[in-house]
Amino acid sequence: MSILIYAESSEGKFKKVAFELASYGKKVAESLGTTVTAVTVNAANVSELSKYGVDKVLKVTNDKLSAFNAKAYADVIKQAAQKEGTKLVLLSSTTDSLYLAPLVAVGLNAGYASNVVGLPVSTSPFQVKRNAFSMKAFNITEIATDVKVLGLAKNSYGVFESASSASEEDFAPSLNDADFNIKTESIDKTAGKLTIADAEVVVSGGRGLKGPENWGLIENLASALGAATACSKPVSDLGWRPHSEHVGQTGKPVATNLYVAVGISGAIQHIAGINASKVKLVINADPEAPFFKVADYGVVGDAFEIVPKLTEKIKEFKANNA
Amino acid sequence: MKILVCISHVPDTTSKINFTNGDADFDSNGVQFVINPNDEFGLTRAVWFQEQQGANVTVVNVGGPETEATLRKALAIGANEAIRVNATPTDGLSVAKQLAEIVKTGGYDLVICGKESLDYNGGMVPGMLAALTGANFVNSCIGLTVDGTNVKATREIDGGKETLSTSLPLIVGGQKGLVEEKDLRIPNMRGIMTARTKALQVLEAVGSEANTKTVKFEKPAPKSAVKMFTVDNLDELVSALHNEAKVI
Repeated sequence: MSILIYAESSEGKFKKVAFELASYGKKVAESLGTTVTAVTVNAANVSELSKYGVDKVLKVTNDKLSAFNAKAYADVIKQAAQKEGTKLVLLSSTTDSLYLAPLVAVGLNAGYASNVVGLPVSTSPFQVKRNAFSMKAFNITEIATDVKVLGLAKNSYGVFESASSASEEDFAPSLNDADFNIKTESIDKTAGKLTIADAEVVVSGGRGLKGPENWGLIENLASALGAATACSKPVSDLGWRPHSEHVGQTGKPVATNLYVAVGISGAIQHIAGINASKVKLVINADPEAPFFKVADYGVVGDAFEIVPKLTEKIKEFKANNA
Repeated sequence: MKILVCISHVPDTTSKINFTNGDADFDSNGVQFVINPNDEFGLTRAVWFQEQQGANVTVVNVGGPETEATLRKALAIGANEAIRVNATPTDGLSVAKQLAEIVKTGGYDLVICGKESLDYNGGMVPGMLAALTGANFVNSCIGLTVDGTNVKATREIDGGKETLSTSLPLIVGGQKGLVEEKDLRIPNMRGIMTARTKALQVLEAVGSEANTKTVKFEKPAPKSAVKMFTVDNLDELVSALHNEAKVI
């Protein structure tokens, strides 16, 4: 009856979302009067999960699962859920978890709600609140099935410590050849670079930067803030920055604690992609830029003057508060 | 190669989002509907397969008669034929079940969906369709080539991309990258004229039950006004980011 979470790891190390999901699972388990079981795949130090309230870890170690494979991983989660008699499976909203979630849901005959924000609105009937219409509304969804799958929206709950003593159990699900009909040929990932998905702060530049040669401004501010860098659609279309940095409706979604937009006017398609960020700081020369309407903090003026100065102020602040 | 492109009929991004019937239903009054942007990248790639590799492209939508204008637009962009499954979509699974029926009876080799729709942002249908049909499945797909039944696909991952090899039959959850924005086609007059005579078949829905239902919608609380700073008081901005917003 325990709640099952899939605690995602990369190269053996848990992602931050694993701890957020454990924190969330712990809270939901308390309200349902049950416990939290985590399933892990090739994670090294599973005892870390006991810091966030996990009671039991099903530890899967299998070389065939060294590269992510949605069908095989979904099969692992499904079998873990069946073994535990789980009624509620919790997943995060990384690219990988979004990929496998519908497979898990169909496999378990479970109702699935994605983009869940906050704790369930009610547990009987089971209702959750979800982001919809690119953050322009919430949808209260009721799940009628016995087994339920929830996908927790990115950075929507937070990480909370809650010490427990998690028991560990090796778990060897049976995988079949059909699980591996998709083969990973190569992975192209910049090592050591903070990604938009993992960053807590993103600094993004638009056409107001006037040219790719000025990107140092964005990079310096990002480095002072410990942030990832991103750009608007026109900037990636013009080839100033790679497409992988394009954020917005058709680019990467951003759900950070702080989003800094420099020289981006704030087209509605851009806002749709970054609106899940909690705090927005907008720097723009045009006081009428639509971005100011959705911003929390704004500075009107010349980015070439403001950004270097702000970068220095942030560095000073960090040095004094280290 | 027989390709099926699943088209969601969604409100344009610039639409005002309102609800009716005690916030239980979406208010489509005065809303401009478009082809879901993620689907449009897939449709354009499918038309490329049609032109370069002789594929036949069918577009499908699960919805009422009001979605036919969106299907006609897909035909004008270049699809060969269209199917509308006459059903009101209730949740991701109910749509996936209707589509699974079409895929099974139509014998499609490749099914391209958008990785998520712009309205409910659920991201459920492509994966559920794959699970229901047993086909191979690549999500967040940003590159796709087919040679015989062999497929090379590129998938976006957090912080990069990966190259996958698999085979048909395949379901794809697509997005920008399948083609670039500049490759998207605006229907021309000839396309619009021919689209009028292309087949648009209306099929009755198969019985299917939803697992979830929308109880109601809520709008986010109104945002407080932006706090403005100038280049001369950036210290105050830094202090607000730390003390008030608590983000640095």
